Amino acid sequence: MRGTSRNWGMAFGLALLLATGCSSRQSVQAHVDGPYPKKLSDWHLFTKSTPKLTPNAGVVPYDLNTPLFSDYASKYRFIWMPAGTAAQYREDGPFEFPVGTILAKTFAFPSKEKASGTSSGERLIETRLLVYAKNGWVGLPYIWDTSQRDATLQLVPDPVPVHFADGGGKAHDFTYVIPNANECHECHDNQKVMLPIGPKARNLNRDFAYAEGTENQLAHLARVGYLQGLPGSGEIPKAVRWDDAGSPVADRARAYLDNNCAHCHQPGGQAGYTGVDFRWTQTDIMHQGLCKSPNSAGFVGALRYDLVPGDPAHSILIYRLESIAPKVSMPALGRDVVHAEGVQLLREWIASLRGNCGETLVNGE
Amino acid sequence: MKSAHMLCAVCLVLGVFLLNGCTKSTPEDFAKTLQERLISAKPGDVIEIPEGKFHFARTLSLTVDGVTLRGKGPDKTVLSFAGQTSGAQGVLIKANDFTIEGVGIEDTAGDALTIQGGNHITVRSVRTEWTRGPNEANGPYGIYPVECKNLLVEDSVAKGAADAGIYVGQSENVVLRRNRSEYNVDGYEIENSENVDAYENIATHNSGGIGVFNLPNLPRQGGRHVRVFNNQMIDNNTPNFAPTSLGPIHYLPTGTGMYVMAIRDVEVFHNKIQNNNTVNLYIINYKTGVDEDSLRDTAASPITQQIFAPEDKRFDPFVQSVYVHDNDISGGGRAPDNRIAGVKMLAAALGGQLPDILYDGVVDPKWGRKGSNPGQVCLQNNGEAAFLNFDMPQMKHPVRDLKPYTCSLPALAAVSIPQAPDAGGAAGEK
Repeated sequence: MRGTSRNWGMAFGLALLLATGCSSRQSVQAHVDGPYPKKLSDWHLFTKSTPKLTPNAGVVPYDLNTPLFSDYASKYRFIWMPAGTAAQYREDGPFEFPVGTILAKTFAFPSKEKASGTSSGERLIETRLLVYAKNGWVGLPYIWDTSQRDATLQLVPDPVPVHFADGGGKAHDFTYVIPNANECHECHDNQKVMLPIGPKARNLNRDFAYAEGTENQLAHLARVGYLQGLPGSGEIPKAVRWDDAGSPVADRARAYLDNNCAHCHQPGGQAGYTGVDFRWTQTDIMHQGLCKSPNSAGFVGALRYDLVPGDPAHSILIYRLESIAPKVSMPALGRDVVHAEGVQLLREWIASLRGNCGETLVNGE
Repeated sequence: MKSAHMLCAVCLVLGVFLLNGCTKSTPEDFAKTLQERLISAKPGDVIEIPEGKFHFARTLSLTVDGVTLRGKGPDKTVLSFAGQTSGAQGVLIKANDFTIEGVGIEDTAGDALTIQGGNHITVRSVRTEWTRGPNEANGPYGIYPVECKNLLVEDSVAKGAADAGIYVGQSENVVLRRNRSEYNVDGYEIENSENVDAYENIATHNSGGIGVFNLPNLPRQGGRHVRVFNNQMIDNNTPNFAPTSLGPIHYLPTGTGMYVMAIRDVEVFHNKIQNNNTVNLYIINYKTGVDEDSLRDTAASPITQQIFAPEDKRFDPFVQSVYVHDNDISGGGRAPDNRIAGVKMLAAALGGQLPDILYDGVVDPKWGRKGSNPGQVCLQNNGEAAFLNFDMPQMKHPVRDLKPYTCSLPALAAVSIPQAPDAGGAAGEK
């Protein structure tokens, strides 16, 4: 009898624990080899998932100057490294992270209740972990359960129907496709080596409102011991924010292309063979496709050139960003709706380009 | 009567039950389960796919080495990608020691079966098809291995591709045998590849039968040593339906039996090449084969000028050392494709028809070879096939006489790969 009542007591305690979400006072658990935990809570990255995803001690939130567009999802990014380790600063490309590093990116959409005006909340959809394991980076998709208390590792997540209104009041109604574990590589591989994409100096170089006050993200990472070799602030590159109306259109467009296209469109990337290089550091506009015909498959109608100066309507870049059809739409993965504001920016940029591509802009057919 | 009624009621209930069962386990669940099995596979796994038609909304991919994917037959186990919503490819393989057999792949948005960068790859009894037939919005390629080594494609069927039904690109040590390719723009393409044997294949009702060629702009250059023997390239007269966006293939003349472009060391023997309405066999350099329009685009693009063609320093645009012997070649060139300016001009000059074998006669002055056949294009024992060197550079000295081209070249060695050690077909063997 005694044993039984103790079990009951434990069960009760457990139930309480569960009721508060991924509640945990344990420290973050690194896993640098498979099999990886089935539940996100086993990593102990968060102490609470509702009403707000709350990081555990040592888990540092960050934002990017110009993020990848992901169907208007809100994205919450966190980084953690094992005690006593730090990333090495690099001016270009992702930092050199220590084994055990966890990058956690959580995707959320406004909840149904919010859509109907009864709540201001969000629904957590998925948390993607990028873990620097013993044998290199590994991508692990965790899908949040309906109770929003925990997320489960799913190698092939189901698509999720999404309905919400964006900031401009426009209604969105589509199926959000979550990449599977193989598809992580499509964006993250360079010459068959998986790498983080976002955490680069130029993209992290901005302020963040931490619980303890606002601070530059790079300075903060260095101060908490997660970053070594940070140069003086004057020597750190900084990408503009794509939606900062105060910055030149060309810079905003280049920042947008850098973070939405360059993971594939750069030497060694999935689309390196196209010869198009959208990295921020590539300053020659010829390499961004000015008057360049595509040299590979892809359905582009009767259009001839990636970028036609002054003529966004005849530029393949715009055509592919305005499509959601497979084989046409770009990026090839991770976009299920058109990013109207992003396309508008690129249209403005192309309209501002001078010159022409010769007499024939489109096929006679 | 009563018992019959009762039986019917049982039938009905059972029927509803079965239907429910079906909707529960298919179609998305099957696709998802199969993708999970591919992600979790271990080297040595054989993944069996049962008989049936299974629907996929997304690309199915594999990155684990040493896996076999096996269905019950190309018409019995069907992976249908009709209405695909995500990813351009159907099946995407990035792994070594891979075998796929007994599977049909239908109606993918882009390429049906892509195999990238694998060593020891076998494709056996696979069918790739766009079921609506020729259409410019079909995917470009059916079976599409690229940058592979030790590759065997056999007993497979490809239909409806807007570029090539069966393609081999930037690969080495390749055997293509006993395949059938029809109603594609190109039946077979062997592109920028080295040491290839293609035999006992059928190409019919495509726009072109078999292409053996090199292109600039691609990481791997210097394709050579290709043997094409005991094949049938017959009646490839389906109007070319490749969209302009696919590049040079749009300009492939409808009715081309076989073309050999910008490559050296090619042996073509014991084939039937018949009734292809533009030309049965076309032997050309790059600038003759790739339409001026697309060349102009390339040249107009500053980036391609810097990085690629036509100034791709690694690229050799000339054709040389082609040995065509003991083929049954007849009935070609009777209704040339006037859509292509060069073909139209040539056909007009020749009274509306073209001979069976056309050679552009373009040679590299750097070869420094003298004589009437510096390109070493040798044509022997090809029946009554009519021939013309149309003297592309000057259009002044066409040669119809076969005599300067009646010569032989050393037989090329057979290709041997681990999956097909008896690939045989040693030169001269029937």
